[in-house]
Amino acid sequence: MIGALIMRDVRRGFTGAAWLPIAFFLLVATLVPFAIGPDARLLSRIGPGALWIAALTAALLPIERLVEPDRADGVLDQLALHGLAEESVAAGKILAHWLTFAPLLLLSTVPASALLAMDGDALARAEIALAIGTPGLAALAVAVAAVTAGLPRAGSLAGLLLLPLAVPLLIFAVADALLLEAAASLLLTAGAPFVAGAAIRASRT
Amino acid sequence: MKPLLRFAGVSLRRGGRLLFEGLDLALHPGEALQVAGPNGSGKSSLIRLAAGLLRQEQGQVDRSPLALADDHIALDRELSLLRALRFWGGGPDAAMDAVGIGHLADVPVRLLSSGQLKRAALARVAASGTPLWLLDEPLNALDADAVARLAELIDAHRTGGGGVLAASHQPLGGNWRKLELTL
Repeated sequence: MIGALIMRDVRRGFTGAAWLPIAFFLLVATLVPFAIGPDARLLSRIGPGALWIAALTAALLPIERLVEPDRADGVLDQLALHGLAEESVAAGKILAHWLTFAPLLLLSTVPASALLAMDGDALARAEIALAIGTPGLAALAVAVAAVTAGLPRAGSLAGLLLLPLAVPLLIFAVADALLLEAAASLLLTAGAPFVAGAAIRASRT
Repeated sequence: MKPLLRFAGVSLRRGGRLLFEGLDLALHPGEALQVAGPNGSGKSSLIRLAAGLLRQEQGQVDRSPLALADDHIALDRELSLLRALRFWGGGPDAAMDAVGIGHLADVPVRLLSSGQLKRAALARVAASGTPLWLLDEPLNALDADAVARLAELIDAHRTGGGGVLAASHQPLGGNWRKLELTL
């Protein structure tokens, strides 16, 4: 059942709006040279930080479709009746979300780095930092989606919850402290299924 | 014989209001129990408690493997009806024919009417192969043909040793025990 759930969520991600956060990511990366000016030295210095801000804001876009549609349609109830723990459902959703979000993000980092005048070295470092950070980011997105599911104005609330919690990832990633970034990402990935599972149970009426 | 569903001294509180307390009931194989009562008396909550989706305040609930049909469709709207039902396992084909939606197998779920969706939810329950069926307002949106087909399905399920707990304020066809909830 959990395998079927992951396949379903991946299919829904790709047939739905998986390209939307990516387009948003590229758009934010495009805005930076307009805002800062065409000075290549300055751009390449702020490039990695700008990439991460673009990635964090892009991660907010899919939140409202991660958990709420399945809660409203009774899919989460039926999964529970089929014997799946809410924590397993959340873990499956995290994996499926990461699969639809991270590879496309890593791919679009290549054109984004060109817009920011980053050289090959900087691009490689940014790709590694994003690869380490995206599992934590995907886990955080699902947890926040579960906590805000069914609430009015869930989208804005999700932003207020997700962005502060993603700050450790951001700090360690742009400081090139990859081990600390990996630790933060691991902590988020390990904790999120339990937070999301409890939130799903608590949202039942 | 072990009951399929047993409530022993169960109390349920929703939003600070006590819906019922000290409720005892047992549903044995072959039995059907209708929970009746006015709007807001806790019929749906009782069904969700029986399903294990709500937690009782006091008492104990023992349940067999079960399937639930309520107002939520729990089917992917962009898929064809057959593919959407297959996600939940079992072989839905026979059950789809039994509720009269076999000819809709290739139609996307988002195009179905509310009566057809209700039939689909009943087909999911019939295909589940579980001994205990929980039906919340099963007659909503159903036409006379579907009501007759549902009665046949329930009869066959009971003959095969299954049990049914249904919440409805309308009379259900056939031979049902009744549990009346009050406000």
